[in-house]
Amino acid sequence: MLRGLWKLTWLEIKIFLREPLGAFGTIVIPVLVFLVVGRVVGHGVPPGALAANNFLQVGLPVLASVLIAVSAVLSLVTIISIYREGGILKRLRATPLRPQTILTAHVIVKLILTAATLAVLVLAGKRYYPVGVHAPLFSFTIALLISTWSILSIGFLIASIVPTARFAQPIGAFIMYPMVAVSGLFVPVAALPPVLRIVARVVPLTYAVSLLEGIWKGEAWSAHMGDIAALVLVFVICTALSTKVFRWE
Amino acid sequence: MTPVIHASGVRKSYGATVAVHEVSFDVHEGEIFGLIGPNGAGKTTTMECIEGLRTPDCGAISVLGLDPFKDVYKLQDRIGVQLQQAQLQKRIKVWEAVGLWVSLYQKKALDGERLLEQLGLAAKRDTWFMNLSGGQKQRLFIALALMNDPEVVFLDELTTGLDPQSRRAIWDLVRDIRARGKTVFLTTHLMEEAERLCDRVAIMEHGRIIDIDRPDDLVNRHCPERTVILATDNPIAEERFRAIPGVETVIRTDSRFTVRGRGDDLVTEVVHCLSENAIRVTDFRTILPNLEDVFLKLTGRSIRE
Repeated sequence: MLRGLWKLTWLEIKIFLREPLGAFGTIVIPVLVFLVVGRVVGHGVPPGALAANNFLQVGLPVLASVLIAVSAVLSLVTIISIYREGGILKRLRATPLRPQTILTAHVIVKLILTAATLAVLVLAGKRYYPVGVHAPLFSFTIALLISTWSILSIGFLIASIVPTARFAQPIGAFIMYPMVAVSGLFVPVAALPPVLRIVARVVPLTYAVSLLEGIWKGEAWSAHMGDIAALVLVFVICTALSTKVFRWE
Repeated sequence: MTPVIHASGVRKSYGATVAVHEVSFDVHEGEIFGLIGPNGAGKTTTMECIEGLRTPDCGAISVLGLDPFKDVYKLQDRIGVQLQQAQLQKRIKVWEAVGLWVSLYQKKALDGERLLEQLGLAAKRDTWFMNLSGGQKQRLFIALALMNDPEVVFLDELTTGLDPQSRRAIWDLVRDIRARGKTVFLTTHLMEEAERLCDRVAIMEHGRIIDIDRPDDLVNRHCPERTVILATDNPIAEERFRAIPGVETVIRTDSRFTVRGRGDDLVTEVVHCLSENAIRVTDFRTILPNLEDVFLKLTGRSIRE
């Protein structure tokens, strides 16, 4: 059943790193956003300025992490649509590889890259970030992987509806970035207008942000079981829908 | 002997368009069987139903005694597939693709390096897929189709887009596959390819199989006409040619004659007539019908249209 999974995963990682913009887009950009915005905001902030400090200590690291997850999803959508359009998915299916194995390999690749990007972010943060990084990193990594894993299933759903590879990136971005906007990262969900508050409740990223912020601040896992349940539910619904509508060619 | 591939009443439609209508045929062990017809005739759809990549609307298919849908993974383990217009990851290296394929099959795979050597790809083993030429990509796909030493090899339009030299090299390779006792199922819209390679062909048009037989038998059955063109100054020639058994028309333009008739013996009869009457000729050519003519005869249109 899992025959070929590790081989395929390893190959896909190598192939991804050979893309001229592959590593740059997914690894460098979130780290740069994190460092540059941190420098700009951090520059000349008086130690007592609570809002700015709160943003530097929690908001920005979580934003950068969400960017990592979102760019993993966009990259997945693009790759799947290119593979479908080029007949690569079809070619791989005409082997003893199970269809689930092909898709699982891509999910694993994205999770590994997410973890790697987070590691770079933390290392860069320790060195160059104005306030330093003091968070339960192991728990936070797990939280980010759970979040990414959950919203990657949205990626498969988007990949199912994207007509051609050319539209993959724009359509993906058009769906994902508004989710980031209402997810509570910039404005707390409670402070949103009533309509947007309802939207925020159904947007999976809201639960990812809540989980990531909480774990980053050092809150207990038990306080975020609701978020995790929501993320699992998103995964179950999107995966079920994907198996119905996913197109291989 | 049970056939390697058995298809009966296979039908497949996409929305309102029926791509394949009630297609039935058998493919026997050790033969090269060709599905021939113009683009859009339903060849690829038929082949992909047999490979288990598509589900037909109705009909029964068995391949090596397996059901291509229920036993798709067992089947994939024993067959080799080359798809029309397939791609691989742009930046996968040739040897990485070969290594992946080797790892996918339960049976012992062929020696990948040797296969690359045979297909003239050894020098390209570290090249990315996107940097291969059309012919090299095609040869790589053929290598991948052969990697598990399959019992049945499916080749869909295997030489489309190749130059004549690569085409001949690939034909030799396909004959080698048969020589090793394997069964080959191919599609082509090139009649020359079908005539040179296939033991039996099925002519397909508009989703239906019109006839199935050995290429020679199809030609003899549907196009028994033979034409001999010769040039002579002998004044008695025309009269003598008309007397040859089987000759239907003799057309004369100055010293050139076009002799038309039916049956395999026509050419022999013409030669016999020439020697018996001591007719000296300065030119002698025969025009024999081929599968292209059979297709024209059966469908009323050229396969190239």
